[in-house]
Amino acid sequence: MKLDAKIPDGPLPEKWSSHKFKMKLVNPANRRKYSVIVVGSGLAGGAAAASLAEQGYNVSCFCYQDSPRRAHSIAAQGGINAAKNYQNDGDSIHRLFYDTVKGGDYRSREANVYRLAEVSTDIIDQCVAQGVPFAREYGGLLANRSFGGAQVSRTFYARGQTGQQLLLGAYSALSKQIGLGKVKMYNRHEMLDLVMVDGHAKGIVARNMTTGEVTRHAADCVVLATGGYGNAFFLSTNAQGCNVTAAYRAHKRGAGFANPCFTQIHPTCIPVHGENQSKLALMSESLRNDGRIWAPKDPATAAKIRAGELDPNTVPEDERDYYLERKYPSFGNLAPRDISSRAAKELCDAGHGVASTGLGVYLDFRDAIQRDGKKAIEERYGNLFEMYQRITGDDPYSTPMMIFPAVHYTMGGLWVDYNLESTIPGLFVGGEANFSDHGANRLGASALMQGLADGYFVLPYTVGNYLGEQGIASAGTVTTEHSAFAEVEDAVESRIEKLMSIGGTQSPRSFHKRLGKIIWDECGMARSREGLEGAIQQIQALRKEFWSDLRVTGDADGLNPELERAGRVADFMEFGELMCRDALMREESCGGHFRVEYQTDDGEALRNDADYTYVSVWEYQGDDTEPALHKEPLIYENVALATRSYK
Amino acid sequence: MKLNLRIWRQKSPLDKGRFEDYQLDDVSEDSSFLEMLDLLCEQLVAQGKEALAFDHDCREGICGMCSLTINGIPHGPEKETTTCQLHMRHFKDGETITIEPWRAKPLPVIKDLVVDRSPLDRIIQSGGFITARTGSAVEANAIPIAKQTGDTAMDAAACIGCGACVAACPNASAMLFTAAKVTHMNSLPQGKVEKDRRTLAMVSTMDGEGFCGCTNVGECEAVCPKGIALDMIAQLNRDYTSAQVKNFFEPVQ
Repeated sequence: MKLDAKIPDGPLPEKWSSHKFKMKLVNPANRRKYSVIVVGSGLAGGAAAASLAEQGYNVSCFCYQDSPRRAHSIAAQGGINAAKNYQNDGDSIHRLFYDTVKGGDYRSREANVYRLAEVSTDIIDQCVAQGVPFAREYGGLLANRSFGGAQVSRTFYARGQTGQQLLLGAYSALSKQIGLGKVKMYNRHEMLDLVMVDGHAKGIVARNMTTGEVTRHAADCVVLATGGYGNAFFLSTNAQGCNVTAAYRAHKRGAGFANPCFTQIHPTCIPVHGENQSKLALMSESLRNDGRIWAPKDPATAAKIRAGELDPNTVPEDERDYYLERKYPSFGNLAPRDISSRAAKELCDAGHGVASTGLGVYLDFRDAIQRDGKKAIEERYGNLFEMYQRITGDDPYSTPMMIFPAVHYTMGGLWVDYNLESTIPGLFVGGEANFSDHGANRLGASALMQGLADGYFVLPYTVGNYLGEQGIASAGTVTTEHSAFAEVEDAVESRIEKLMSIGGTQSPRSFHKRLGKIIWDECGMARSREGLEGAIQQIQALRKEFWSDLRVTGDADGLNPELERAGRVADFMEFGELMCRDALMREESCGGHFRVEYQTDDGEALRNDADYTYVSVWEYQGDDTEPALHKEPLIYENVALATRSYK
Repeated sequence: MKLNLRIWRQKSPLDKGRFEDYQLDDVSEDSSFLEMLDLLCEQLVAQGKEALAFDHDCREGICGMCSLTINGIPHGPEKETTTCQLHMRHFKDGETITIEPWRAKPLPVIKDLVVDRSPLDRIIQSGGFITARTGSAVEANAIPIAKQTGDTAMDAAACIGCGACVAACPNASAMLFTAAKVTHMNSLPQGKVEKDRRTLAMVSTMDGEGFCGCTNVGECEAVCPKGIALDMIAQLNRDYTSAQVKNFFEPVQ
């Protein structure tokens, strides 16, 4: 596997524009001869599909939901970053670039991150033009807030529903193209494998989830924008259907998988309530702007609260440990996600946790309500407080909110070069599904930015460049009649048949739950050699059990949620092992990856720049063979590697 | 808690369908309605029976994928709450709960509790957009928009496209859905250029998909999980009348 990041020459601020100039163009009259498959209809996929169709390409877009408007980008609450510097507070493209590289704990690629910061301003323009109702000041200009560990106010937002509004923007652009016939939309279709012809990605095999029919789709190239793999943990803030199948299937066909162990645990989620919980609810990080996070100083006090014998409001000030303010005075409650999450876990492990399970800390608005009044807090966070009350039954205006970290985002993903092209030529990957911009930790309000950057402003250029390089003679030459499609279709069909015919006793969900627990325990917020080695063995054993004792009810020739989940869990089984291998290999702590063996005396992450300043890229070698590790060295020419300090 | 469930089961669009009764023990009051159904599915699978098909995805009340008519009310008894955000503490131990799919002719059942909502997508495809080709946008702050206007647009844009309004309406009208999108875009300066065209096209598609007209029953507003107000329909009617008049004198492009 050859890893050529194809980073353009020249100074950082000029790389993208000079690269765009050197790209091959496709004559507007010829674009209609090419077709592009886009899998996923979230911010990256929806924006890319719409933009490519606007340029004149024929696009087929696939999503597993019943409408492209439901992709999980919709659930992002807090906001989207952009280096507009509307607040005149010292923001700039370079600062956003710098913050993102630093926030990612120096494990991302400089050139990609710079481009992300550069196009961030265009995203806001684009979204406003589409009618995204961002929050405004009384003067009519766009409002901003400070978010997730940034010391400038660069976050644009639409109440607590920013992701929804941005997605509806992309969805409206996509819908227009569907209406015009330039995009053929395949709702309720799940990509089950990638088809390659002469080493290039030329199509997919999908399952029509309504009829059960397995279908072939050919194109001149394929874009995956299929989101992250947080559901490997079973419990996460992801939607129920989010899965790794498309990315993992591409990986098995030869696409390198980068940094799979880099997962983000979000600090402000609602604590787990019980055994049958299906997902974890995220409370927007914006709450940390006004809420103060604390846990009782005395574990005995915490025990009383857990037992329901003590009202947290009665805990005196000097018995509360505002631990983030104490440990990180300059960032306080806004310390980055990885740091805040780990701090909560440490306290709960030491017996300071609240909530009936002991897995929770307080996010308290008492002081903010006293300072700004209930009305002001209601205006800022009303919908979030309502959501909290709906889920927990508690009123956060009078009882402090309880929070605990939960899996939220995955920084790892399919390896891509500067063009967002994977190690398979003609296979492009955008949004959370790729690895490139967030390093080992993502900053708040950066996921929406990256999804839209990839979809609106990067893929439409780089996909065109690839098609231009292939030449007009190649356009549309591969059809579904090619033998490669028949082979892949057979493989997909026989896998479905196998899943249906095991005839065991355990449900797909029960396997998913057990897999998630192993990964959460050993490859979650704290990881160790011993734990990871054990996890790999446990996952292998569970995988064997899965393939011998799975029970899938219903039929394959129609809508069958059990079969859908079975296929996804089967891939999570193999993928979970890869996550653990990656975490085991990386003998340092950085960002969301915390190896207990590598920490400073005061418990902070200890990075090892000398040995691990690289992207780990895994090459599939076979179902029962260890994958091969490849390394893309990360070269920092514009940012000096430093120890991240938020003290 | 223990529950008796009466659930609509339908094998396929052509199958007639029927209610089936199930009993479920050990449901936690803290679990969500869909987690209760997960539990039922696990019980069915354990008995070797086919699990239930129902739509759901984000389970945080924003994607609009979940549906279900619970005891006759789309999204159940709690105000401004999607099915996925409905918790079992709102039900009584030993209660019988009836669960049906959305009932509306334009949204046919695919299987069990899953319906086909693609007509709603087609309404959007016909005009629910502001044309802004990627790359063509002007600087975002070039057009100041009064906060109040932005807020109105946001109130309308909060629609999650779940279709509860259609399911609740005795006419199976999609007016609230269409009105929300029309109001969102027509109220913004960016959306004015295509205002008349958008309104005419979306209403025409809505009618063509078999949704009937609004007779001011107001059930839609009552069940809307996002609190979309009936006023939006009034706004749609105004915009539609104005567009029709203009179209009479000079055809709207």
